[in-house]
Amino acid sequence: MIQVKAKLIYNKKIKNNYFCCALFVEKLAYSAYPGQFLQIKIDNGYTPFLRRPFSIHRLKGKNIEILYEVVGKGTEILSKKKPGEYLDVIGPLGNGFNLNIPYSVAGISILVGGGIGVAPLLFLAERLVHNRQSKVHRGPCVLIGAKNKRELLCEKEFQDLGCEVRISTDDGSKGFKGKVTDLLKVFLQKTNQRQGRMIYACGPRPMLKEIAVISQKYSIPAEVCLEEHMACGIGVCLGCVVNTKRGYKRVCKDGPVFKTEEIIW
Amino acid sequence: MVSLRVKIGKLNLKNPVILSSGTFSQDLKYFLDLEKLGAVVTKTITLRPQAGNPPPRTCETASGLLNSIGLENPGLDVFLKKELPSLLKLKTPLIISIGTFDNLKELVILAKELERIKGVSGLELNISCPNMKRKKLISQDSHLTYKVIKEVRQATTKTLIAKLSPNVTDITEIASSAQKAEADALSLINTILAMAVNIDNRKPKLATITGGLSGPAIKPIALRMVWQVYQKVNIPIIGMGGIMEAKDAIEFILCGATAVGIGTANLIYPDLSLEIIKGIKDYLIKSRIKDINKLVGSLKV
Ligand SMILES: Cc1cc2nc3c(=O)[nH]c(=O)nc-3n(C[C@H](O)[C@H](O)[C@H](O)COP(=O)(O)OP(=O)(O)OC[C@H]3O[C@@H](n4cnc5c(N)ncnc54)[C@H](O)[C@@H]3O)c2cc1C
Ligand SMILES: Cc1cc2nc3c(=O)[nH]c(=O)nc-3n(C[C@H](O)[C@H](O)[C@H](O)COP(=O)(O)O)c2cc1C
Repeated sequence: MIQVKAKLIYNKKIKNNYFCCALFVEKLAYSAYPGQFLQIKIDNGYTPFLRRPFSIHRLKGKNIEILYEVVGKGTEILSKKKPGEYLDVIGPLGNGFNLNIPYSVAGISILVGGGIGVAPLLFLAERLVHNRQSKVHRGPCVLIGAKNKRELLCEKEFQDLGCEVRISTDDGSKGFKGKVTDLLKVFLQKTNQRQGRMIYACGPRPMLKEIAVISQKYSIPAEVCLEEHMACGIGVCLGCVVNTKRGYKRVCKDGPVFKTEEIIW
Repeated sequence: MVSLRVKIGKLNLKNPVILSSGTFSQDLKYFLDLEKLGAVVTKTITLRPQAGNPPPRTCETASGLLNSIGLENPGLDVFLKKELPSLLKLKTPLIISIGTFDNLKELVILAKELERIKGVSGLELNISCPNMKRKKLISQDSHLTYKVIKEVRQATTKTLIAKLSPNVTDITEIASSAQKAEADALSLINTILAMAVNIDNRKPKLATITGGLSGPAIKPIALRMVWQVYQKVNIPIIGMGGIMEAKDAIEFILCGATAVGIGTANLIYPDLSLEIIKGIKDYLIKSRIKDINKLVGSLKV
């Protein structure tokens, strides 16, 4: 974890309220791991006052890409930043996803993203594809959930990696109609359930809670990337805790990725 | 050459910049050389482990941070075994913050246990955390403040600092009691009891409804309290509340603070304290003041 002044390379609107930006952070990109995040001081001065946490969306050479949704004042200001401007960045932070699942464990990795929750999963998918040892081992399967077709994120990016992609939308405007966790259930019932060797998920809290239930029911281990209000992001202030079977744990330092079975939902 | 050395009780600090309780951890070493600091104060520990409050525990407000951590800490035994050994390796003066939820005798036990440890330079008595279930804080009652400090004083020969709450009608009354009970110094201020509301779900933004406000939002109040207390007592004051740059620190020193505490700022810019030390030094050079102690309380009124 280091603190750097990162140059904004680009900052573009993807669709609706979703933006993607790239930061030139050579030293930091080198050691980044899927599921880790950056703490970004969006503007000098007191508005916004604290840094804002964002998952590493993917590495592009010496740049780190962030995929973000404008939800409040900080992300609004970020969306107006111009290429060439510098942002104060701390990272890479937290513990990422566990990629070291022995290949003797049969089956595929299933990635489940709800809304902006797909952000850390692209980096994860890239690493999973990269780590694949032979053609015998299938690439990950990605389930993407969105409110509707217009809000859908990253479908093409996952396909380009060679992942099998399934879509769900709340209104049925594309793919499966319903929640992405319902799509996951259908997927696990249709395919032989033993095919899943690991579920990796990120999205809103109720979705992740449902993932925990599914993980237990189908006996497939699951890891989720959690969000909690954060102040420092570096483990100092004890502000961003989540209740686990071993007591309160810091999302920023002990997480943000946790095994679903550890969390008291 | 200018001198930044200050004295707090028996402690000789190489400069007046201290990292405040709850905002310092050893992980900050990844961002700055901790040995350049005047001193560090550890997160408040209690005799027994404390789980802390349920989340959400933090929320941003205008130029401020609202928190309700609730003194989460592993308790004295685990602290001594797991955290203290590496803290003792630091060459920076180490101040241990101690507190209690309901039992005043615990403070005496904590002080006695720590008295035996040579590398511990001082104790800060947190009698002012607003995130506790007690209805009244120790430092909201001048008699109780006197009694508690007096008892702890008898248990320790180390530098004893009383950390006071701003949530009182007259801070000078409490400060005077602390001085009378022979505290060596005062830390001013702890966070201000406050709250924030989410109108979308009509809920408070913190799980505990109220919490403690810190950051630049509270600086004018903290300055006023340091100034008032400086007029009344003659033990050194460690001033804190919203310091974000050297200029802020100098304001506190002008108002009577011998040293300054950096809190919330560490959470945003973990290396900021070093810039503040440099900024204070530059100010002294520019103002042709050789010794920082000449600056303390030199506000022209
Ligand atoms: C580990 C982690 C990774 C994240 N990754 C991404 C990502 O890749 N892309 C993305 O768009 N968002 C991500 N988020 C959420 C993002 O941090 C918040 O959306 C952002 O901080 C909102 O800032 P704001 O100033 O625009 O909103 P505000 O005006 O501050 O608040 C708007 C909303 O955002 C919530 N919020 C505010 N601060 C935080 C915070 N520090 N943590 C969580 N929620 C907060 C508030 O509760 C509120 O609902 C992540 C959060 C965490 C904890
Ligand atoms: C997240 C957080 C945790 C804190 N924990 C403690 C604590 O354990 N003990 C204590 O005496 N003060 C604690 N404080 C108060 C600070 O030490 C300091 O008095 C206060 O925040 C004002 O200074 P600042 O505005 O520079 O942060 C805490 C403050 C924050 C923001």
